[in-house]
Amino acid sequence: MFDNLSDKLNAVFKKLKGRGTLTEKNIEEGLKQVRLALLEADVNYRVAKKVISDIKERALGQDVMDSLTPGQQIVKIVYDEFTTMMGDEHEALNFGGATPASIMLVGLQGSGKTTTAGKLALFLRKNGRKPYLVPVDVYRPAAIEQLQKLGSQIGVPVFPSTAQMAPVDICTEAVRSAINEGCDTLLIDTAGRLHIDEELMAELEAIKKSIKPSEILLVADAMTGQDAVNIAESFDKRLNLGGVILSKMDGDARGGAALSIKAVTGKPLKFIGVGEKTTALEPFYPDRMASRILGMGDTLSFIEKA
Amino acid sequence: MDLIGKFKKGLSKTRDILLTDVNELFSMDRKIDESLFEELEEILVMSDLGIDITMEIMEKVSKKSRKLSTADELKEVFKDELKALFPVKEETLLNDPKAKPHVIMVVGVNGTGKTTTLGKLALKYKSEGKKVLIAAADTFRAAAIEQVEIWADRASVSIVKHRAGADPAAVAFDGVEAGMARGMDVVLIDTAGRLHTQKNLMDELRKIKRSVSKRMPGAPHEVLMVLDATTGQNALSQAKLFNEAVGVTSLALTKLDGTAKGGIVAAVAKSMKAPLKYIGIGEGVEDLQEFDAEIFVDALFD
Ligand SMILES: Nc1nc2c(ncn2[C@@H]2O[C@H](COP(=O)(O)OP(=O)(O)OP(=O)(O)O)[C@@H](O)[C@H]2O)c(=O)[nH]1
Ligand SMILES: Nc1nc2c(ncn2[C@@H]2O[C@H](COP(=O)(O)OP(=O)(O)OP(=O)(O)O)[C@@H](O)[C@H]2O)c(=O)[nH]1
Ligand SMILES: [Mg+2]
Ligand SMILES: [Mg+2]
Repeated sequence: MFDNLSDKLNAVFKKLKGRGTLTEKNIEEGLKQVRLALLEADVNYRVAKKVISDIKERALGQDVMDSLTPGQQIVKIVYDEFTTMMGDEHEALNFGGATPASIMLVGLQGSGKTTTAGKLALFLRKNGRKPYLVPVDVYRPAAIEQLQKLGSQIGVPVFPSTAQMAPVDICTEAVRSAINEGCDTLLIDTAGRLHIDEELMAELEAIKKSIKPSEILLVADAMTGQDAVNIAESFDKRLNLGGVILSKMDGDARGGAALSIKAVTGKPLKFIGVGEKTTALEPFYPDRMASRILGMGDTLSFIEKA
Repeated sequence: MDLIGKFKKGLSKTRDILLTDVNELFSMDRKIDESLFEELEEILVMSDLGIDITMEIMEKVSKKSRKLSTADELKEVFKDELKALFPVKEETLLNDPKAKPHVIMVVGVNGTGKTTTLGKLALKYKSEGKKVLIAAADTFRAAAIEQVEIWADRASVSIVKHRAGADPAAVAFDGVEAGMARGMDVVLIDTAGRLHTQKNLMDELRKIKRSVSKRMPGAPHEVLMVLDATTGQNALSQAKLFNEAVGVTSLALTKLDGTAKGGIVAAVAKSMKAPLKYIGIGEGVEDLQEFDAEIFVDALFD
């Protein structure tokens, strides 16, 4: 596989030792390797194409730093570019707008929404807020029970939805009920749905209209392949996402979806999910994600020092 | 929808698996040139077929293309390459009298659609007149037992369950035991989703399998791994580690009703020599289709 991108590139650049300039010809072969690495990491084909041509432009004419080989220099340029692409200053959650605030979780089936709702509830409580969990998945078998169990595990109140209620009604009633319970932040766990499911996408728009959430977050699976851009773009177009949470990052997926999603939506990646437990939530770090996508692990540290 | 309608709908989904609009690419009078190959490569990569298989197919197709002049002729070559990716379906043991009940263990990473696929299978077997029992061996995820109970209810089949947090190997054992005692034809074991990289959880899966075969030598007769069509290259690593742990015998690919093409399943099937048996095309109990590579690849081009 690709755990040694730097080595591969070094082999490519062997001829070009130490000093020198990166020219069209000598970076061409190196970028070919980078492109393969991106595709293996599930970065979208078109995004990879664009990124590579941007990087080529940036690299052209650069002097190779004394401390680096040309291979390392290319990796550094790519790494810097990725970090900039995925970075965002506004990665905190947004609680603005109506009170109580509400955060809506949306995404494909099985992406990790319900689990993430539990994780966020715990996170918010640790940060001094009073979360209120709202199960709005009236379709999937035992989806409401799932959130109820998570709520009781962490001692966060859960709105008593039933599968017979309409999603919009659940949300509007839950707002009143949250106020009565003295809660300040609703976490709305919506049903999984396909981005091409017209009826269910309209349902999300209706919920958005009725409760005006301060934040709509897309929960996406880190293992997602080429389709990540279609998914993220569709949800963003319909709902204007506030950000993205990437779940199941505790596995060995390269997570190219992170780069693809950021590239097409421009929306910040706010958290990553790193396990099934309610404590397994971490903030998103663009630099770590960049080295993960490149399959570089910790070997990047020597480059950072350079 | 009538049966024919359903079948057609399924087929059109099957057709979507790897590619769309390939026919356009191979239109009669199009020249075989660099730009055709570039488009072909894009389609293959965007279908999540994986970079290795993409390169392999591109190489073979381009080699053979030298003797051809139009894209239309290239189509047959391309079709053969795609068909060759899928191993031939193995004979199912379902009617083997020694393997009664036929025990199927359903495995895979988190959220791929294991429980749903198992529910659909329960109904499929039930509607074929078989006696079916489900063992609720996901005792870990919140409300997993309640979820599979609802599926057992929908399919009107029996269920064996313990309480949440119980030892999943014990549930599986009891499920097989009950299946034998009650003369069941099929026992379906639902297991918790787990990432293939988590050693302790993979050990737990091994233990479930061991306890099944302890109660009934030869069981499980099938280890069905459920893959999510939205998944990219990681499916290869998943398949490798699940196969090493419990020996995957067949595959199901879910969520093909979306826009993801699920091409990685071809690489998985090829590397494990396990057939893709089922595809999931929705959340409903009827949204399961048997997969046939011949039909599928032909349908792609007709
Ligand atoms: N390993 C791991 N598993 C996760 C993570 N987040 C969620 N899961 C698991 O993924 C599976 C699906 O999670 P859910 O929270 O039910 O997903 P969902 O999006 O609510 O699913 P639907 O409501 O059916 O659309 C469960 O087995 C979770 O335990 C994570 O960060 N890491
Ligand atoms: N659109 C679509 N959704 C599906 C399909 N199969 C399963 N799902 C949905 O995917 C989500 C996850 O399905 P489950 O059956 O709970 O998945 P699982 O693998 O058992 O999940 P864990 O046990 O948590 O690991 C649910 O919302 C299902 O309704 C399918 O073929 N198409
Ligand atoms: Mg859910
Ligand atoms: Mg399950």
